[in-house]
Amino acid sequence: MPLSKRDLLPIRAETDIVMVRQAVRKACIEQGFSLVEQTKFVTAASEIARNTLEYGGGGEAALETHIEGVRKGVRIVFTDQGPGIADLEQAMRDGFTTGGGMGHGLGGAKRLVEHFEITSTPGVGTTVAIARWK
Amino acid sequence: MPDSRLPDLIARHEADLLAQWAKALSAAGATREDLMKPEELRAQCADLLGSVRQALQRGGNDITGQGWEKVRELLTEISRTRAQQGFTPTATASFVFSLKEPLFQRLRSEHAANPALLVEETWSTTTLVDKLGLFTIESYIKAREDIIRRQQEAMLELSTPVVKLWDGILALPLIGTLDSARTQIVMESLLQRVVTESTDVVILDITGVPTVDTLVAQHLLKTVTAARLMGTDCIISGIRPQIAQTIVHLGVDLTSVITKSSLADAFKVALSRRDLMVVKRKAAAAGAQA
Ligand SMILES: Nc1ncnc2c1ncn2[C@@H]1O[C@H](COP(=O)(O)OP(=O)(O)OP(=O)(O)O)[C@@H](O)[C@H]1O
Ligand SMILES: [Mg+2]
Repeated sequence: MPLSKRDLLPIRAETDIVMVRQAVRKACIEQGFSLVEQTKFVTAASEIARNTLEYGGGGEAALETHIEGVRKGVRIVFTDQGPGIADLEQAMRDGFTTGGGMGHGLGGAKRLVEHFEITSTPGVGTTVAIARWK
Repeated sequence: MPDSRLPDLIARHEADLLAQWAKALSAAGATREDLMKPEELRAQCADLLGSVRQALQRGGNDITGQGWEKVRELLTEISRTRAQQGFTPTATASFVFSLKEPLFQRLRSEHAANPALLVEETWSTTTLVDKLGLFTIESYIKAREDIIRRQQEAMLELSTPVVKLWDGILALPLIGTLDSARTQIVMESLLQRVVTESTDVVILDITGVPTVDTLVAQHLLKTVTAARLMGTDCIISGIRPQIAQTIVHLGVDLTSVITKSSLADAFKVALSRRDLMVVKRKAAAAGAQA
């Protein structure tokens, strides 16, 4: 029995964001997440996917499903080789945007999931990982 | 390398090559008679072989060059129709690659006495057919992408109905993905209708929208604001429990907007805004008598 599965999803165009959402939703359903859990996780993934496309200039998402004993989890890691974020604290703050958005994407995503990790190096790129266990 | 003898060889054995090619095609499973008539296929083969010969005669085997325009056009058209007819990429590419075998056979019998020339001619022929095959695959993929794009556009247009529920009350049942180019179109057509029909209340129903993220929320809020500037109130309906929770976590403030969980509830609010109400017929009759 495979303990985990990993899929690479490209994020190059707006339609890829839809594909990411659908893949994440499917994974959440497979792991037995409730409707609320699914919706929260999918929405968080949608936020990060759009940032990857819009600010990171595109990238990819690695979608993983894990089964560890009775624990089941979904994790997705977004990577881009974009300009990076110089001030993470500022970027995470609600209302901060450089792109005319609401500036709630990063903060909102963090509140929607159990595990949220962001690393970013200016000039190198940004990686955001979100995960939820059940 | 001296001028290729290939065009000459094709000219002398055209009919035979076509017959062999047809055989190779059916051996490769590239004929698909369910999708395409045999005579149509034969005509395509004859057209292509003829124009390849002409292009070679004009000189050069750079298929991106001027002399190869006709061949490129033919291959593009062939790939496009095959993509539409539902041929697989393999079946489409096999159409071109199946030409190798008959050509090689011809070269073998032609240059049997001159192995060096045979190798040289075989090499240049295989390179040429490979290039034509790759060109075909690329055109096929482009054609497929076009088809997909057209389907997407068709869907954009299909799913943007603005429904009049009552005098002065419009509803916009939103279904599916809200964050693409579609949102812009939907919202614009809604605001247009708000102008042309004097509208008091608009109901934006998001029952069919699976994900409401910050971008969707922003689009909704912008529409509400724009409608309000034109003197029209908006109600957002179809906020299911999971969506409500998500919106709270996102920290999006919808308190300035009237929201309802169902379209029916929203319609009730809209009616009362217009000083209207729905009553049971009996009750209405009793009221009239009193
Ligand atoms: N992958 C990234 N690469 C570079 N900069 C980023 C990336 N992700 C986010 N940022 C920066 O962080 C800011 C805040 O992001 P956040 O998602 O919170 O808000 P937003 O995208 O601007 O608006 P919203 O998500 O509410 O529509 C962005 O405006 C952008 O400047
Ligand atoms: Mg964002």
